[in-house]
Amino acid sequence: MNKNYLWKLGLILGTLLFFLFGIFGIPDSFSRQGMLAAMTKRINLGLDLRGGTHLILQVQVNDAVNVDAQNAIEVVKDKLRSRKIDYTDITQSDPQNNPDRILLKGMDAKSRADLLDIVQASLPEYDVTGGADNTWNLAMKPSNLADLKNKAVTQAIETIRNRIDALGVSEPTIQEHGLGQYQILVQLPGVDDPGRVKDIIQSTAMLEIKQSLGGPYPTQQAALQAQPQPGILPADAILLQGHRMPGAQAGEDSWYLVSRVSAVSGKDLRDARADRDQNGQPDVKFTLTSEGGQRFFAFTSAHVGDSLAVVLDNGDGKKVQEVANIREPIRDQGSISGGSMNEQQSKDLSMILRSGALPAGMKYLEERTVGPSLGNDSIRSGVRASIVGMVAVLIFMLIYYRAAGINADVALILNLILLLGFMGYVGATLTLPGIAGVILTIGMGVDTNVLIFERIREELRNGKTPPSAVDQGFSHAWITIVDTHVTTIVTAFILMFAGKGTPVYGFSVTLIVGLAANLFTAVFVSRFIFDFILSRKDRGEALSI
Amino acid sequence: MEFFRNTNVDFLGKKWYFLAFSLIFSVAGVFSMLFWHGIPWGVDFRGGTLVYVKFSHTPNEDAIRAAIDRAGLRNFKLQRYDQAANNEELVDLDVRETNEQALDQGKLNIIKALESNAPEGKTDLNNASSLTVQKYLLDKDPQRLGIDADKKYAALGQSIVDYRDKTLGGVLTSIDQLQGAADPATVASLKDGFYLSDFGVRNVEIVGPQVGGQLRKQAGLATLYSMLGMLVYLGVRFEWIYGVAAVITVFHDTLITVGAFSLLKEDISLTVIAAILTLIGYSNNDTIVVFDRIRENIKLMRREKLSDIVNRSINQTLSRTILTAGLTFLTVLALFLFGGEVLRGFSLALVIGILIGTYSSIAIAAPILVAYQDWRIEKGKRPVAMPVGAGKGR
Repeated sequence: MNKNYLWKLGLILGTLLFFLFGIFGIPDSFSRQGMLAAMTKRINLGLDLRGGTHLILQVQVNDAVNVDAQNAIEVVKDKLRSRKIDYTDITQSDPQNNPDRILLKGMDAKSRADLLDIVQASLPEYDVTGGADNTWNLAMKPSNLADLKNKAVTQAIETIRNRIDALGVSEPTIQEHGLGQYQILVQLPGVDDPGRVKDIIQSTAMLEIKQSLGGPYPTQQAALQAQPQPGILPADAILLQGHRMPGAQAGEDSWYLVSRVSAVSGKDLRDARADRDQNGQPDVKFTLTSEGGQRFFAFTSAHVGDSLAVVLDNGDGKKVQEVANIREPIRDQGSISGGSMNEQQSKDLSMILRSGALPAGMKYLEERTVGPSLGNDSIRSGVRASIVGMVAVLIFMLIYYRAAGINADVALILNLILLLGFMGYVGATLTLPGIAGVILTIGMGVDTNVLIFERIREELRNGKTPPSAVDQGFSHAWITIVDTHVTTIVTAFILMFAGKGTPVYGFSVTLIVGLAANLFTAVFVSRFIFDFILSRKDRGEALSI
Repeated sequence: MEFFRNTNVDFLGKKWYFLAFSLIFSVAGVFSMLFWHGIPWGVDFRGGTLVYVKFSHTPNEDAIRAAIDRAGLRNFKLQRYDQAANNEELVDLDVRETNEQALDQGKLNIIKALESNAPEGKTDLNNASSLTVQKYLLDKDPQRLGIDADKKYAALGQSIVDYRDKTLGGVLTSIDQLQGAADPATVASLKDGFYLSDFGVRNVEIVGPQVGGQLRKQAGLATLYSMLGMLVYLGVRFEWIYGVAAVITVFHDTLITVGAFSLLKEDISLTVIAAILTLIGYSNNDTIVVFDRIRENIKLMRREKLSDIVNRSINQTLSRTILTAGLTFLTVLALFLFGGEVLRGFSLALVIGILIGTYSSIAIAAPILVAYQDWRIEKGKRPVAMPVGAGKGR
């Protein structure tokens, strides 16, 4: 074998091994079960094939805008009042469709500079227009509006992910859905109860601020003993464990008695971010919604001098994070410091708080449950049918093209390995439309072989010698193959972009990869086998085709 | 072995038959879409609720219909699903009964309507999810587990439900059947809290009206764009008339396939759309193979008439066309015959599409080239169907 063949053979075998690894990785065992398990570990099956729950949610992004606008209205009212500027009314002009538009009526034009100043200082994301008839319009800048809406979606995705994680589902898909605006796709393989999933998605948020009634106590017993009637908790109070106090002895807990009802909870939270307090210690600053802020203001006004407890549920039960004294009424801004928080903890906590609060309501647009048995049936019969079809094609090629049929069969099988191996490497998901792509790939793979072989036969009939017939056959067929493949790949790319978020996407990805693989297998590999066979034949000996 | 050798069929001479054939099928399809069955959009596109219910016995459709009717659901269809031996029924609730505010209301109502024999305070084990079973077991603790109870019962609940769905086919007729998946104490405990209805919901698809419309638009646009891409690429590689002919051919195939779905009243689901895209790719591939041969022959046979060249090219590629079509058809037919109910619409579209796609590259695409040239000559212009860049890319 000369050098030219050696590097080609090396390339082919290397590709084969590389993509076989892509399909199977290194399986635990080489039994049928072991291989199958190794394969399904690397190539995910879509929900249509293995069963599970599929939900599409619409995030009501206008909710988030509404909250922001209501907050802005409160700010403007407040600032105008403090500057002693008169106005008759301030409302949202179109809360249904354009909740960011605010109408300020009855403010004299001479206060224009004040208004601009207020907006610039406190509400930089808003623009002021108008002034005729003493009527002013505030509207959010388009880029800020888009940011706010997108943030509502990412935040919702984060929240859903956190809550689904608590379910312990393996390989959940939670992502923005490409099809519509502000939609989220949730796919949970193996989960058969969409009702429960929805409950979990909409479960209450994780932050509560309660009144602290007593504590810390070192043990639960001590807390019970300390009550007015020892051993019995007051009716409106509950006992919650606190985070370990700095310097606490091992085995020593801290317990707090807190009010049963909360002043505000996570759903009143509008935003939270990591920050530092006046001493430079990391803390978390939070902002409440205008409604939550009003309630919090009422609560703190009534309890100046009392303590409040910040209660967090981080998935391991409710715990008191921090207890603080209420020095003055607080409206909508607050902070959580909780003793010795480090920077990372404050970032984590702000993330948890942000994601614990669903920024906007959600509407379900689509719900599908594929029962596991149905998934099983469809994959079993689908795979069986594909194998039957493929084997029939392979046998036919051997009969019709004799020895050259081996080329075609090798090329087809290699093509399939390349395609599946690629899917294994990128962690692609195989769905029914994906299988359609595989079928078209195999069809075109067969076609490429047939095109070449028929052309070689034609050249042989025209009296060419086998080597020159093979050469001519490949070069003539090559032009056609390029045209058919490039047109289909171009089309598939367009489908891929236009069909993002639909199953069409999976179809086009499989097709593109399959056709690229086909160019390698049906042209390069098949040509290599032909050349190798021809090199071992005597001049003028017939070719089996 | 060889099936076709030196065939010499005058395909272009039969163009009127072809035209008649294509017209009959296209017009029949269009008429069905406009005046008869309409375009039978699947639930993915039209919105609505599909509930696949499996019964433990031969379902009595009248009784089911009456029960659902009593539940106040008016716009629904009931039909048998898959083979009769499977005892499966498909309840198809119209989109009018599907409200985005409470998307799954229709499904819940159907289940409630069918659970007619419910004893007080018990849950239906045939329609209980693994999560429900887990929660029940955790509450009752039949195995008296000390530690890790939640994890162990979660696994047990899952295996009970899996046993019901995967091993026993989805419907239990007696709770004792679960002896295969759980210990006697657990089974006894399950008997206290659960009863068995005579059905299990196997599969649910609920699509709100908004998504359906979006999807229809998106699928249509995707197809349109890809045809445009095809037009441009072929225009550049060959001549623009080749691109036009290829796009008309593909449109013809799509029209006839969708028409056939309308005539047969088969739902056009998302997977059917994927199949239609497949047949577009396939038909286009076929057309280009013929075009490529025409381009090659135009260079070799400069003196001959285009119609002769086209005929010759079709005949030269005929062996390949029939072989490829036959083999692909074989694969698809296997899928249609053995692929099961889930793949039925999908493989049906491919079966029709491959036949039509093969036919159209011979009967539609090539005659368009010739017809266009004849028309140019009649108008006294230079025939341009000859690609100026014949042999480009060589």
